[in-house]
Amino acid sequence: MTIAGATTADLMAAVASGETTAVEVAQAFLDRIEAHDGSIDAFLHVSKENALAQAAEVDTKRRSGQPLGKLAGLPIAIKDNLCTKGEPTTCSSRMLEKFVSPYDATVIERLRAADAVLIGRTNLDEFAMGSSTENSAFKTTRNPWNVAHAPGGSSGGSAAAVAAGMAPLALGSDTGGSIRQPAGFCGVVGLKPTYGRVSRYGLVAFASSLDQIGPMANDVHGAALLLEAIAGGDPLDSTCLPEAVPSYTSTLEEPIAGLRIGVVRSHYGEGLDAEVNAALQRAIEQYEDMGATIVDVEMPHQQYSVATYYVIAPCEASSNLARYDGIHYGYRAPQFDDMIDLYARSRGEAFGAEVKRRIMLGTFALSAGYADQYYNKALKVRRLIRRDFDKAFEQCDVILTPIAPTPAFKIGEMADDPLAMYLSDIFTIGANLAGVPGISLPAGFSSSGLPIGMQLLAPALQEERLLRVARMFERATDWHTRRPQLST
Amino acid sequence: MKYTTIIGLEVHVQLLTRTKLFSGCVNRFNPDAPNSQTDPVTLGLPGSLPVMNAEAFRLAVKVGMALNCEIARFTKWDRKQYYYPDLPKAYQISQYDLPLCSDGFLDITNAEGETRRIGIIRAHLEEDAGKNLHEGGSDSKVDLNRAGTPLVEIVSQPDLRSAAEAKQYLEELKLLLTYLAVSDCNMQEGSLRCDVNINLHVHTDDGHNIPTPIVEVKNLNSFRGVEMACEYETKRQIEDFQKTGQRLGDVPKQTRGWDLARGVSYPLRSKEEASDYRYFPDPDLAPVTVTGEWLDEVRETLGELPAARRDRLGDAWQLSQYDASVIITQGQDVADYYETVAQTCGDGKQAANWVTQDVLRELNERKLSIAQFPIPATVLGNLLNRVVAGEMTVKGAREVFTTLLELPADQVTDATVEQIITDKGLLLVTDTGEVDKAIDLVLADPKHEKAIADVRGGKQQAVGPLIGNVMKHLKGADPKAVRTRLLERIGGA
Repeated sequence: MTIAGATTADLMAAVASGETTAVEVAQAFLDRIEAHDGSIDAFLHVSKENALAQAAEVDTKRRSGQPLGKLAGLPIAIKDNLCTKGEPTTCSSRMLEKFVSPYDATVIERLRAADAVLIGRTNLDEFAMGSSTENSAFKTTRNPWNVAHAPGGSSGGSAAAVAAGMAPLALGSDTGGSIRQPAGFCGVVGLKPTYGRVSRYGLVAFASSLDQIGPMANDVHGAALLLEAIAGGDPLDSTCLPEAVPSYTSTLEEPIAGLRIGVVRSHYGEGLDAEVNAALQRAIEQYEDMGATIVDVEMPHQQYSVATYYVIAPCEASSNLARYDGIHYGYRAPQFDDMIDLYARSRGEAFGAEVKRRIMLGTFALSAGYADQYYNKALKVRRLIRRDFDKAFEQCDVILTPIAPTPAFKIGEMADDPLAMYLSDIFTIGANLAGVPGISLPAGFSSSGLPIGMQLLAPALQEERLLRVARMFERATDWHTRRPQLST
Repeated sequence: MKYTTIIGLEVHVQLLTRTKLFSGCVNRFNPDAPNSQTDPVTLGLPGSLPVMNAEAFRLAVKVGMALNCEIARFTKWDRKQYYYPDLPKAYQISQYDLPLCSDGFLDITNAEGETRRIGIIRAHLEEDAGKNLHEGGSDSKVDLNRAGTPLVEIVSQPDLRSAAEAKQYLEELKLLLTYLAVSDCNMQEGSLRCDVNINLHVHTDDGHNIPTPIVEVKNLNSFRGVEMACEYETKRQIEDFQKTGQRLGDVPKQTRGWDLARGVSYPLRSKEEASDYRYFPDPDLAPVTVTGEWLDEVRETLGELPAARRDRLGDAWQLSQYDASVIITQGQDVADYYETVAQTCGDGKQAANWVTQDVLRELNERKLSIAQFPIPATVLGNLLNRVVAGEMTVKGAREVFTTLLELPADQVTDATVEQIITDKGLLLVTDTGEVDKAIDLVLADPKHEKAIADVRGGKQQAVGPLIGNVMKHLKGADPKAVRTRLLERIGGA
């Protein structure tokens, strides 16, 4: 077995049988990073020594017969907006370039408790604001399938790391598609859980009512396993749901009888890339072949979702990012005249253009005299969008949609057109506004060899259903087994 | 020029909870170790999230109930956004349009003895900020120990009409909060802080009322300061009105600070320049809904509030409103002490005289709390019972009282009291035979003939020296009783 690029199931079996050890596994992935990350730039920081030490501890536990966690010895890449004690947590921002978190996010604690091996910190759009990972202050991550193309974003580093076989698992965060879209662009599996399914404690906030941490993996099983380890109630997050977490991995192989798949016909018209459309139509047929019923559903308010999202998310972001003021931690301008100037310069010098744009949008939309017109109106539309989902799910079990209008675009192609970039979030944003779970999985390739993803959405807390439906497709196809050829 | 002073107060009260409003970080006044009472939430670290402290919420509901407020069944948390170094998240979690408590009142008694009902617009829960420290030098420092402390903001209607009323309102409010045990109300430590909104209604000769511009005086940290600031502002505003003629609306609301040392207010930033707080619901916190049953449970824990106890003491012991107020104002422990003394001696008025004069004087002089006072309430009650029964004079009881204060606390018992009475011969002779024997001796003494004749002749004041002489023959007697008997005997002779 080749370790780098193997699935989590294969890695766990190989370690359990003694064919290899956690240290060997960690070393193999570290070697892979060493060899290829120079051309991919998925990682901001590789935790070599810590990873090897954690792996050695897992091996010791195993040898001495101690109980092992769910993720024992599995390397995992962490998006660099998840606070990890003693490690840099930069959010790809100059603002937090030197910030070392003094505490662990709840998900990090759970990964440690599950004996995972934290292998490194992955690149993202600054403060998770973007869909290409080009908004990182530090580096541009490249799509492992074609390094001229973007990996998507904002969890582009995590998606690229998994796609390039530099980690079997990764954590991302998804505010408007930031797990699902890069997963689609990089040909891996990415799941945004129900809002509140995973604790946000320690996730550096972008838009609090939309943010959710989720798993990325090279197959559905990996995503199910990682979600199982991180999901569940947390007294440190008031918005985290206390409902028991099902054993996703144990029901994964059970197909759903009488499956009804909802399709929104308007998704498959103008604006959707022909090859993406064709791949999605094949996927729909695939499900029909497996006995699923295809149901047409209406999402009448979806046309407003981008506008709604780009009011609510910036409003919350403008507030959440106000704490980066140069006073308490993070970047402080070396020179300033007075207190106001200290704020203005520190923020002006350390935030990138996209972050500033969203802070200004949100500040404006929450201003006296404008809040009703923008923020409060957006909240009303959000309720209508949520109702669309409720109604749709009365008719179907899951909804199948594209992830993005096109496969991965070229690096720099959209950089000068933020509005076009915003509009490409049309398929993923709804799940965040409605708080429902969504999964992105490989559904084909373009003629130029770029992955094409598809999205499945389910009602709140139906991750188990979502994973089983995704696994049905995965078992019938081999898209997920393909690996990019990396140059050395 | 005739005018009425219009005052409304905004009071911030820190709640006595074990932990902060939105985290498990310890909540304690601790200026000596800056930034030691912090955690990721208090520091506003990236990724930290607030979780509501249910106990703080419960205490705030108690405050609202005690202020006769409507308690909202549904409340939410809002972010009030502004930049200041003592505010680590650059927003304060507060309540904007749906306060926890609204439309209440607090009754106060003003100097004229009339009850004035002061409306409460709202009372809501919010987190306190930290503290900026300016210790000289070019740098300022920030101490976040206080950040996140639960704070109830109580906003009164502009119903107060004088500096004295403002002070009375604060005293009554502090007493109420002390009774509820929700705050230590320590103004030096900042657990009770006050902002004053004040203007005047000038009454013109032609019968018009002209309101002057409203001024807010911020961060007053003593009752005296509030009173002085109100007095100062009243004078300043009337002079200002005479000079400029400015009315409400002519100029923006002004914010002023208070210079305690100089006894003057001074202008701070104008409200018009103040930031737009961009309030919006905090997405990190769920709205809070409470049931009627839960509210009933909280209501049952309120206990007897000061106003009710004041009325009850007045009724039960025929106390004047003044005496009842003096006792109630001293807090629950003194009122408990008083009630025990009153019950034991059976005379509320006698008990009130002793508690409000002798006991309180000793407490003040010795800087003691009532819990530290060496004479237990039952011992004092039993002593006073002797006075009430006519067995001792007040003067005699006071002698015992003074003696008791010199003794170690464990010796202050009923038995000791008996001993002192015996030793000092303080018990009055009530045996009429004894008194008559003494009177016989005096009447028989030839040197008293003139005095006796004078009394017989209707010169009542001549009886004085005779009483004194009778008393000399007795170890202790009630002079009133001696006088009565003596007059009987002389008149009947």
